[in-house]
This record gives sequence, C-alpha cells and structure tokens, in this order.
Amino acid sequence: MFADYSLAELGSIFVMQGFAGLILFSVFVLMALGLAIIFGQMGVINMAHGEFMILGAYVTYFTSQFFLHFLPSLFNIYFFVAMILAFFASGALGMAVEWLMIRRLYKRPLDTLLATWGLSLILQQVYRSVFGPREVGVELPNWMMGSLALTDTIEVQINGLFVMGLTIAITIAVALLMYKSAWGKQVRAVVQNRVMAGAVGINTEQIDRNTFGLGCGIAGVAGSAFTMIGSTGPTSGQLYIVDTFLVVVFGGAQSLLGTIASAFTISQAQSTMEFFLSGSMAKVLTLLGVVIILMLRPQGLFVIKVRR
Amino acid sequence: MSSDNDNSHKFSSMRRKLLMGMAALPAAPLLSSTGLFSTPAYAQAPATAAVNTTGLAVTDTEVTVGILHSVTGTMAISETGSVQAEKLAIDQINAAGGVLGRKIKFIQEDGASDWPTFAEKAKKLLVNDKVAAVMGCWTSASRKAVLPVFEQYNGMLYYPTFYEGLEQSKNVIYTGQEATQQILAGLDWVQKTKSGKTFYLIGSDYIWPRTSMKIARKHIEGHLKDSSVVGEEYFPLGHTQFNSVINKIKLKKPDVIYAAVVGGSNVAFYKQLKAAGIDLSKQTLLTISVTEDEIDGIGGENFAGAYSCMKYFQSLDNPNNKEFVAAFKKMWGEKTVIGDVTQAAYLGPWLWKLTVEKAGSFDIDKIAAASAGIEFTKAPEGYVKIHPNHHLWSKTRVGQAQPDGQFKVVFETPDLIEPDPFPKGYQ
Repeated sequence: MFADYSLAELGSIFVMQGFAGLILFSVFVLMALGLAIIFGQMGVINMAHGEFMILGAYVTYFTSQFFLHFLPSLFNIYFFVAMILAFFASGALGMAVEWLMIRRLYKRPLDTLLATWGLSLILQQVYRSVFGPREVGVELPNWMMGSLALTDTIEVQINGLFVMGLTIAITIAVALLMYKSAWGKQVRAVVQNRVMAGAVGINTEQIDRNTFGLGCGIAGVAGSAFTMIGSTGPTSGQLYIVDTFLVVVFGGAQSLLGTIASAFTISQAQSTMEFFLSGSMAKVLTLLGVVIILMLRPQGLFVIKVRR
Repeated sequence: MSSDNDNSHKFSSMRRKLLMGMAALPAAPLLSSTGLFSTPAYAQAPATAAVNTTGLAVTDTEVTVGILHSVTGTMAISETGSVQAEKLAIDQINAAGGVLGRKIKFIQEDGASDWPTFAEKAKKLLVNDKVAAVMGCWTSASRKAVLPVFEQYNGMLYYPTFYEGLEQSKNVIYTGQEATQQILAGLDWVQKTKSGKTFYLIGSDYIWPRTSMKIARKHIEGHLKDSSVVGEEYFPLGHTQFNSVINKIKLKKPDVIYAAVVGGSNVAFYKQLKAAGIDLSKQTLLTISVTEDEIDGIGGENFAGAYSCMKYFQSLDNPNNKEFVAAFKKMWGEKTVIGDVTQAAYLGPWLWKLTVEKAGSFDIDKIAAASAGIEFTKAPEGYVKIHPNHHLWSKTRVGQAQPDGQFKVVFETPDLIEPDPFPKGYQ
C-alpha cells in the first residue's frame, strides 16, 4: 500500500500516526484514571462512570452558554472554568452517591455492580428528562480548534495536544496526591489493610467518600475534555465505558502505573492496527489480544500485594 | 400534550351523549350537528359498521392510532423528532375534520431503544388496543423486530426512516427513501460537479451503512466513468477515535469522502476531521447520515461546507414547507430543527388519512390495496406518491451545510425518483 508514495509523505504520515496513538493514549488514561482510583482503592466497580463523565460534559456545555451570553469577552478561557466546575459537580454527585448508596454495599461487590448499573440508567434518564434527548453541541473558542502545521505535511491537532497536556497534569497531580500527601498515605493504608488502618485511627469511611468523590471528579474533568472530540448527549457516556473497563482491568486493578501501561499498550495496538486494517477488525484483534493476555495473567499487567 | 388529549376526550364523550340524546328526537337525522354546535364537520361520517369490518378501534366519533417510538434509551435522540412530527400531523388532521368524520386519538408506546420491546409494544397496540394504524420505528432493527407482528396480526405500519431497502410488505408503508433513492443521484451529482474520481467510503458497522456502501461501490465502479473506490472502512457503533482513519484519508487524498457514520460516532468523526485540519470547504465530503438533527450535536462550525444527500431539508423553499416549519416551531418551540426523517414521519398520518378516504374504510386489507397511487400534494418536500411497492416516489436533493446548522440546497433531481427496494445489479 505504500508503493505510490514518496518517502517524505510516508515519513509525515508515520509522525502523524504516532501522534494519533499518543492522543488515543491520553484519552484512555484520562477515561480510566477516575475508575482506576475507585476500583483500585475500594473494589467498587462503578458502572455509572460514563454518566459522571457526561455530567462534566453538560457542565461544560452550560458554562460555554453562560460565557457566550454574559461574558463573551472571556469566552476564550471558559474551558478552564468549565473543567473546574465539572470536577466539583461530578465530585459532589459522587460523594452523594457514595453516602446514599455505595457505602451500604461495600461487603457485597456484586451488588455494587448492579446498583451502579441501575444508577447509570437512572442518570441517563435524568439527563434526558432535564437536558432533552437530543445531543448538544459545545462551542469551542477558536484557539482550540484546528491543527498546528509543523511542516508542510505534518499537522497535529490542537485539541489532541490539549488532552495530552491535561492528562499529564492530572496524572502528576494524582500521583503526588497518592504518594506524597498525608491523605494519599491514608488512602494507601486503607487499600492495603482496611481493618488495621481503622485501628490506627484513620477514618476509613471519610477516606472512602473522598476517594469516590475524587474518582468521579476526575471523570467529570475527562467528560469536559471529551466535548472537544466526542458527543454530548444523555447516553454518550456509554461510548467510553467499555474502553475504560478494558484499560483498568488489563492494567491490574490497584495500580496507577498499570493503568498507564495498559492504556499505552492498548492505544498503540489499536491505532496501529486501525491504520493497516479496517476499524472493526482492529477492535476485534485488540479485544482478542486483551482476552488472551488476561487468560495468561488474570490479575492484569501490574499488581500490588493486598491483604484481603 | 396530555392536557390536550384530556380535553379532546371530554369533548368527544360529551358529544357522544348529545348525539345519543338527539337520536331520540324524530327530527334529529335532519339536523346537522355542525350547524348546531359549530364543531368541525363530523356530520357526514359514514356508519362505523360500514367502514370497520374487522373490529378495529373505531367508533362513530373517534379512531385510534398508535405511535411507537423510543422516547427513552439511545435512540430517543433520533426518534423524538418523529414523534413530534406525527403528533403535529394528527393535530392538523383533527383540526381539518379528522378522518372519515372521525377524530384521531393516539396511544403512544415507548420502544425504549430495545428491539424485543418494540415487538411487544407493537403486539399490544394491535391486539389489545386494536389501533387502525401505527406510526413508528426508526432503526431497521426495530422494524425487522415488529414486521412479523404486523404481518401476523394484520396491522399497518408507517415507517419514516431512510433505510437499506431489500424489504417490502403489504403491512408497511415506507415514507423514507430506500437506499438507491438516496445514493445514486447524489453520487452522479458529486462526480459531475466536483469531478470526483476517487471515493473513500466510511461507515458505521451495521446493516444500513454496509448495504448502502455496497450499492455505492457498485455504482461508482460500474456506472460512473473512470471512478474508483480507494478505501472502504467500517467502525463499530459508538467508536469515538477516528485519528487513524483520518491519517489514512490524508494519505490517499480521495476526491470525495463518502460517509455513513451514525450516532455518537458521527459527532466524534466530524469534530476530529475538523481538528485534523481537513477543511470541508476544500475537501468534498458527501454523507447520507447527517440531517439538521445531527448537526445540532456535531456543531454547525464543525460540519460547515460538507454535503448531505437527503430528500428533505428544513430550508426547502416552497409554500408547503414554510407552512410546515412554522407550524412545527409553533408547536415544539423556536429552537427545534427538522431533519429528513422528521419530515418523512410527518407524511405518515397524512398518507394514512388520504388512503382511508380513498378506500372509504379503515380495514387494513382495503388500505393496503388502496395505497398505491395515493398522492399527497401538501407534503413539505413538495409532492409525494405511493408506489405499488409501498415506498414513496420522491426527489433526491443535495444540500451544503452552513455554519448555522442549516443546509443550502445545491441540487435536486428534476423528476421524482422511482423507489426500487430490490435494485437489480446492485446486490
């Protein structure tokens, strides 16, 4: 398939294709981070993860409308405000959900699966009733659209760069929070031995609530960022949920590093195969690869020791 | 809406009592109820026994139809417009005197984006409610699910969506385009005016895009001069990452991107095309899956410049359409947009009314037989006629998307295109 192209053309396509893989990688990490925190720390499989993302997307939509009508001069920077609001909106909803529902189900992991799935259906219908069944279009400031031309033939997407930057920033923030702060130390203590952590005076319930809120808040930021590349509608969250679970499970549930490594592997495999094969075939092969690796290594790529 | 229905119900039950009271008077048959009460002309209504021999839900004053669409679940996004259009049409028909002197009452059921639910609700409408006709379904999957129900219990379905063809039933009237009506003229146009020689086909991975692309490929390779397909790609429904295929498109540099991507993927595809620096005012893109409804989600600025091949656009400049758009916005709000399928859904109740009046009966068999040749001159798309194969004769149009989310019509076939659900040489 490459016979008809000059070397320069091929070179630039490979650069752009590599970049496409990196964007996909960032998107996967951003999607999975919130879920990985919740799943890893609390063992809760949050089927409503996508709906927390979409709440962030709706917050972004309303923020954009607000700036458009009341603060048009600041429209260029509304996205940053929107992401912060999205974090707090989804985080607050997450904490409320934890308090009302999840904390009653910690000892019944299968029930949390069902309960959060029910929650996702409820949230979808709430969005549909409140915001309408139709998708909404989020307007972006001009500087966030289009692409940067590095050379005559190499172009990189600005929104891709933005997602990448955001992913790096959030990952670093989460890593610092988990491994450098006192709160992070407590979270890790609870993960490793919940009873003992409680015995030394850590308020495990509070830790659970905040962790769940943090995970949902990050989902909200991800949803906000994805208004640039995807759709915003009541059921849009469903588009991401499968890939998100794939990344988290493949990476090994309790490990941040595992999530990143697995996002990298899956995204590179998929974007390379998509280039050489058709889209559906690439997806099939990716899933097949993941299934085979999980059969050989059911705990995922990386795993840390935990006392059950 | 619900309060409207309550009123109409009270109104008609009161009327029934009045009529019964009048029947006791010897002079009553001579008096026209229209004259007495200045209500719409229900007076000439033929006797129920004569127009309804199969036990449908038809009374002296009312006839019940069903509306069967998803108002919850994934498909609600698309089907909402159809429900709105059908309710508008029913309202307008009632205001103009109803059908055979009877007011249309509707029972709405929710298919919930779930195909077995569609089948179950269809059965409920036909068996329990005995509706005289059903306006409904959107996806091919839901239509395939209800088809055996309609055939078994002999119901009548008015199906609004453009679809892949390869189907024909006595019990269904297809008010949208079948595949060839939507594809062939558009391809001819793009080849002629944009001198398109190389085509890149891209679609979601299910029956409609696959069948449509098969027809498109045969047409491009067999009927268009010196034209070829340089790529054909399908993506799973819900796919959101198109950067790789966009790179492939950049590499192949096709004259025309021909797209049938649907749902949330649609939004992602166009946003990412725009972000990747593919300027749709320079790169010709022709799609058969984006109407005004979808642009709402994609964002006008992301889709501006692209071409869409449909039979109806909200911006069509004819008196019928102006009236329709005004009435639609009055009923459902200034901000609603009207896409191709919404218009096709609007045709359903009207075509049914005209057919019933031609047949002089609500009986399904008589309607099925009388359907061929029914003309609707007030259609927003201009003029439509039912073909003996139960599809519509309709024009094919190409519109170029504007940044405000509307289309500018740049081409329309001079004549109505004959529906051909089983196209020879394209299968």
